Amino acid sequence: MNWFSTFLTSSIGRKVVMAVTGLFLISFLIVHCTINAMIFFNDGGESFNKAAHFMGTNVIIRTMEIVLFLGIILHIVQGFMLSAKNRAARPTGYAVTNPGANSKWYSRSMTLLGTLILLFLVMHISHFWTHSRLGGIGGISPLDETMIGDKEVLNLYALMISTFQSPVVLIVYILGVISLCWHLVHGFQSAFQTLGVNHKKYTPAIKGIGIVFSILICALFAAMPLSIYMGWIA
Amino acid sequence: MNVKLRIWRQRNAQEQGKFVDYAVNDANPNMSFLEMIDVLNESLVNKGEEPVAFDHDCREGICGMCSMYINGRAHGPQKLSTTCQLYMRNFSDGETITIEPFRAKGFPVIRDLVVDRSAFDRIIAAGGFISASTGQAQDANAIPISKTNADLAMDAAACIGCGACVAACKNASAMLFVSAKVSHLALLPQGDPERRKRALAMVAQMDAEGFGSCTNTYACEAECPKGISVANIARLNREYLNAAIVSEEMPK
Repeated sequence: MNWFSTFLTSSIGRKVVMAVTGLFLISFLIVHCTINAMIFFNDGGESFNKAAHFMGTNVIIRTMEIVLFLGIILHIVQGFMLSAKNRAARPTGYAVTNPGANSKWYSRSMTLLGTLILLFLVMHISHFWTHSRLGGIGGISPLDETMIGDKEVLNLYALMISTFQSPVVLIVYILGVISLCWHLVHGFQSAFQTLGVNHKKYTPAIKGIGIVFSILICALFAAMPLSIYMGWIA
Repeated sequence: MNVKLRIWRQRNAQEQGKFVDYAVNDANPNMSFLEMIDVLNESLVNKGEEPVAFDHDCREGICGMCSMYINGRAHGPQKLSTTCQLYMRNFSDGETITIEPFRAKGFPVIRDLVVDRSAFDRIIAAGGFISASTGQAQDANAIPISKTNADLAMDAAACIGCGACVAACKNASAMLFVSAKVSHLALLPQGDPERRKRALAMVAQMDAEGFGSCTNTYACEAECPKGISVANIARLNREYLNAAIVSEEMPK
């Protein structure tokens, strides 16, 4: 085996892959959340549709979209592989365990939380991404179009409003976001630790920022379907 | 005080084991946990039964020989102590105490509560040493070492290799042990010439022994009888990244 594949398949190398893809996905969440938060301007979706149009037509963004999907797939596949390897490292379990005495439940449940996020993601992609990117292909209904100035853009905002009229969708989205929040509370600081960043001066800040970031971004994400369902945004 | 014990009994590595219930009456609260097992074993021997096999040596918390997973905790409920330094006063009268061997693929059970921890020896043999030239001894303090690094190296060197980190980790990962051994040498100038090779070799051996990977739950740090910090794990990650990616050292 060459040096690079030896590194990538070592226990630390696999964790580094998780950390790097995880931080990349965190950067995506920031962009995603910022753009979606434009619905809070409550301007009938004009700013949001404009931003969505930019994201959907810019060459660099579309290329990054492919990288993003690769990152998500790598994070998921590596996560499940690590989980299986880690389970195999203890073939006979304990009769009595007291895990709460030494660690946090969300730190121990990253695979479960990740799986819940994956299930949510499948639903989320089928709600929005397929219609805006693959609309008209193979029976997938395309989005309506709307005029902004003299430009014709896809009305993703209208799809958002109609999707979040269902209470079931609302509840599933909020549960998905809660799973994401716990996943991030562990994942944010864990990624830095895996990359070797554990420093007397910076680690307390990293841990604090991680918790604030996780709660803030998930609260914003949860507020979107909620405020549409409640009719605060029309 | 009286306690009920549920102890894992297993004749050898091949046979299936099972829990057997025992009772120890009139145990002194100031007995160590191991002394309480000694009392049990004495009564078993007097009855003509096989005593419970368990690891122990110095009984003063520095050799790393004693193990046992007591009521779901490596080395029992008391923080920063080994099983030999755990006292019966930590338990309540009439309590049922479940005692299991450390469980990990890398630590196969040999008999009852005794597990084979020679995987740790093989990890040390892979790189946990420095090469020193023989000859005239060097003057003391000839090599300057910063106080900060000397302290950090000393803290890491406090690891007694008991394996509680592996036992406590949900992934049976040996990262805290390996990181302590890599750290205490990497922080000192004497460990510097071999630090790249050491990180690569010790991690490769750790993986080959079947230990899991670190998911940063930090259960190891919480259960370590010597309080080894997970900052060492980050240092091992840095050492390994440096060795594998930055340095020209090739992995075997």
